[in-house]
Amino acid sequence: MMDLISQITVSGLMFWFLAAVTIVGGLGVALSQNILYSGFCLMITLIGVAGLYLFLGADFVGAVQLIVYIGGILVVILFSVLLTKRIGVDKTTSSWMNRGVSVLGCLALLGMLLFSVTKATWRVTETVSTPTTARIGDGLLREYLFPFELISVVLLMSLVGAMVLARRAAKDNSGQQQDSIERLQ
Amino acid sequence: MNIGIEHYLIVSSFLFVIGMYTVATRRHAVAILMGVELLLNSASINFVAFSHFVEGGISGYVFSLFIIVLAAAEAAVALAIVLSLFRNTNTVDVTESVTLQG
Amino acid sequence: MSADALYTVAIPKLVELDNLWLIVLFPFLGAVINGLLGRQLQAKFGKSIIHYIAIGMMLCSFAVAIIAFAQILTADDIAIVSQAFPMIDIGWLSVNFALYFDPLSVVLALIITGIGTLIHVYSTGYMKDDPAYWRFFCYLNLFIFSMLLLVLGDSFVLMFFGWEGVGLCSYLLIGFWYKDMKKATAGFKAFVVNRIGDFAFITGLFFLFWGLGGHWNQNNNYDVHSNRSYEAIPVASDATSVDRLTSQDNKELVSQMPSVVFRDIEKQMTLSVRSAETGAIQKPFADALTEQTVGGIPLVFLICFLFFLGACGKSAQIPLYVWLPDAMAGPTPVSALIHAATMVTAGIYMIVRLNFLFVLSPGVMTVIALVGACTALFAATIGMVQHDLKKVLAYSTISQLGFMFLGVGVGAWWAAVFHLLTHACFKACLFLGAGSVIHSMGFLKSHDKSDDTEDNSIQTEPTHASVEEKPSPTDPQDMRNMGGLGVIMSHTRRTYLIACLAIAGFPVAAGFYSKDEILWKAMSNGQTFIPGWILWSIGFVAAGCTSFYMFRSYYMVFYGAPPSEQCQKHAHESPRSMIHVLWVLAGASIVTAVLGLPHLITGVDAIFAQWLAPMTAPFVSTTGVASAAWLEGILIVASIGIAVIGWLIAKHFYHSTHASMEKRQQWYQQFRLVHHTLYNKYWIDELYQMTWVRGFKSLSHGVATVDKFVVGLVINGGSKKLGQAFHKFAQVLRLHQTGYVNNYAYGIAIGTVVLVLVAQAWF
Repeated sequence: MMDLISQITVSGLMFWFLAAVTIVGGLGVALSQNILYSGFCLMITLIGVAGLYLFLGADFVGAVQLIVYIGGILVVILFSVLLTKRIGVDKTTSSWMNRGVSVLGCLALLGMLLFSVTKATWRVTETVSTPTTARIGDGLLREYLFPFELISVVLLMSLVGAMVLARRAAKDNSGQQQDSIERLQ
Repeated sequence: MNIGIEHYLIVSSFLFVIGMYTVATRRHAVAILMGVELLLNSASINFVAFSHFVEGGISGYVFSLFIIVLAAAEAAVALAIVLSLFRNTNTVDVTESVTLQG
Repeated sequence: MSADALYTVAIPKLVELDNLWLIVLFPFLGAVINGLLGRQLQAKFGKSIIHYIAIGMMLCSFAVAIIAFAQILTADDIAIVSQAFPMIDIGWLSVNFALYFDPLSVVLALIITGIGTLIHVYSTGYMKDDPAYWRFFCYLNLFIFSMLLLVLGDSFVLMFFGWEGVGLCSYLLIGFWYKDMKKATAGFKAFVVNRIGDFAFITGLFFLFWGLGGHWNQNNNYDVHSNRSYEAIPVASDATSVDRLTSQDNKELVSQMPSVVFRDIEKQMTLSVRSAETGAIQKPFADALTEQTVGGIPLVFLICFLFFLGACGKSAQIPLYVWLPDAMAGPTPVSALIHAATMVTAGIYMIVRLNFLFVLSPGVMTVIALVGACTALFAATIGMVQHDLKKVLAYSTISQLGFMFLGVGVGAWWAAVFHLLTHACFKACLFLGAGSVIHSMGFLKSHDKSDDTEDNSIQTEPTHASVEEKPSPTDPQDMRNMGGLGVIMSHTRRTYLIACLAIAGFPVAAGFYSKDEILWKAMSNGQTFIPGWILWSIGFVAAGCTSFYMFRSYYMVFYGAPPSEQCQKHAHESPRSMIHVLWVLAGASIVTAVLGLPHLITGVDAIFAQWLAPMTAPFVSTTGVASAAWLEGILIVASIGIAVIGWLIAKHFYHSTHASMEKRQQWYQQFRLVHHTLYNKYWIDELYQMTWVRGFKSLSHGVATVDKFVVGLVINGGSKKLGQAFHKFAQVLRLHQTGYVNNYAYGIAIGTVVLVLVAQAWF
């Protein structure tokens, strides 16, 4: 009995810890004045979310979250920070007025969400966690085959689009460089 | 105590609101992007939680995977746009690039 | 097991041999090595390293083919399957990278690797002076790899892969000298025309799997999940159901699973099931195809017709033959290997491989036979007046392919494949002989660097070459520049003569037996909707033309006017590597006759017929005429007769001396119109240019005009008022657009909240 209780407690503590990590990270993203710190806070949040996934038995999604989100997307975001901005020079948040209105709006939203979440009755079927990777792989090639192909096309198109945007910028830049060289001469 | 679905939904609600606040108040384009990531993550938590608790299937997992893919696409395009913006206006403050103002 | 009695026809017994898939690995390796490292290797070690690699790989591949052949020859098992690795595994469908050796495919593998090796050897002489030596051998090896996959692949997936692969290699090799715009264009034309055929082929595949799709898995009696296959036993067997499960003999598993493997589909198509209740015999899969219709057309007709269109593209039949004559722009060894011996026969192979499908549709078989016969005659008549040596051979190839299609169309499977085999030998010999001549005439070109190959028909302005047009003095392929070369190039002359005898249909060589068997089957079959004697007569006339144009080219090149001084000074016999290959091929054109000696002479069925019998479905019904030996005898004599007549006419006009020149001129004048038509290839290229190419262009112009005037008018004129109204409205609306991203985010958030609140209040 003691054993059982302690187990539950451990898993509960684990959840609260992960939830805290996630939310504190999120607050860091929202409130930090330095954009680079925001980025690192985002990483903490993402790790917390990955932990929640694992806690929910979604091993594959958690692993993808770690690899793709933190390994890929976050790095891209930090890149864009470092490529565009001298760190900590510009003021990164908006006026008091704006923030006040935002806080009010967001609190209203939060209240509404919490109200509906707690009020609703969830028909929960407690499931035993089984490894999901094989099932997801199977599903992606059967009932989700079309969305899967579609999302591949979307990803491809957006990457090509990103490349085109960046390329045009690069060309402009080289033109500018040439201009400046000509001006120097 | 037992961790139920409400707990996850509450966590995701908090995350969502924080993300919303980030999008609404930050002036740095990349910070807004981070806020969007928070929003996406909170939705993703919901999907996974529903998939775990309510339904036996894998739809939720697959949806959260699709969300991650979309986030990747979004980040790539956003980076390109931010770079483009920075080259053209020499700033990433979204309150300064208001040429679309009516 | 259920009480249903299930039957299936005899299917070759199958053994598995693991290592035979190496046959495709060797040429692939050769292509990879020469493709990636060839330039460096050639620079460092000279050209010989390149062909050592390429020919070494080819020899290994040929050795594997011989091993497979020996296995099939000696063992009882008449088919070998060699699994390499699984490729696709989704749900119930699994596709393996597996090669299938049966009597049909092993013969083709022997042709491809055997003649391929010879042509590699020949190319070492022919391409000696080309700087891109490594690229040439890389492409050749890549071609062999694709062609082997096409022929040996045991499923539609691999076949289609090879099918596209050979198309690619053909394109690369036709445009091998890509700096010459005309040659690059010829490659382009081949590629585009082939696309039409390939599109038909893949559409046919989709229809086939769509048609079968409903019947896979759908089994009333069996739980497909737990018991995916069931046994089918021969009718005669009276074994108990327990025996059926344990006994290994007479047991053939017919899978009802989705499959892309030929032998699985063949089994499914030939499967008959006796219903336990009614006792009626059904063919669940074959019926599925014959009974369904698409837009009123029976599905099986549609599928087979689309496959046949695909074959038309690859094998250059009417109406998609136009690319092959232009394909002669490639190096001559390529013409011999790809555009005569192997790739262009892929269509024949495909139809013979799928014979179990084609026999279900006599309509398509009739179309095939008719198109084949017409192509044979059509191309032969064009070939009679061409001056470019390689063009003559190109039309000859189209014509011979027409014969093969005729054979396939009347269900003479073995005769068609046998003609494929003999044609591969003698046509390769002819092309390589022509290559030897062109190689030796190459000095003409060195006098004038300007480009002067025969006009390509792609160009927009069709040239109306007249009969009297003088030959370009710098064209090494124009037969009017040759003449009298027999003295100088005696080896080439003799091998060319042997190949001529083979193709013209003299009974000393193999071509006679294969062509005659096709003609006889065309006459005697009772299945096609067109009377046999019509098909026979078209083929018969085409055979006469064949004899004429072959000997015409022979006399124009090697006899006729004595060689000019230039010729005597510059022309030379080709290097030994080329001569040896010519002799081997000439020998093969004679020796292969043994395989096809007809029943009439030996009293037993031809060896080759027995060889292929196990894997071809019977199509020819024995009508009264089929058993008439006297008729067959008469037809054979007639065939020899017309070959001799063709030869004599050619000799009369082209053998030598001034007199025959004058006779020729008179002849030309007399039949000016006919000659003109034939020389300009019936203006088919121009017709396509006028109809398709120009049609598409004017359609695009029309659409552009409509867009410019009609759409433009409506948008610009009529909507001006509307536009002003919107403008006013927008003046007000634009105040909402602050340009601040955050504000837009607010909008979204507040909108969501309001929406939820409204929903909450409403419901």
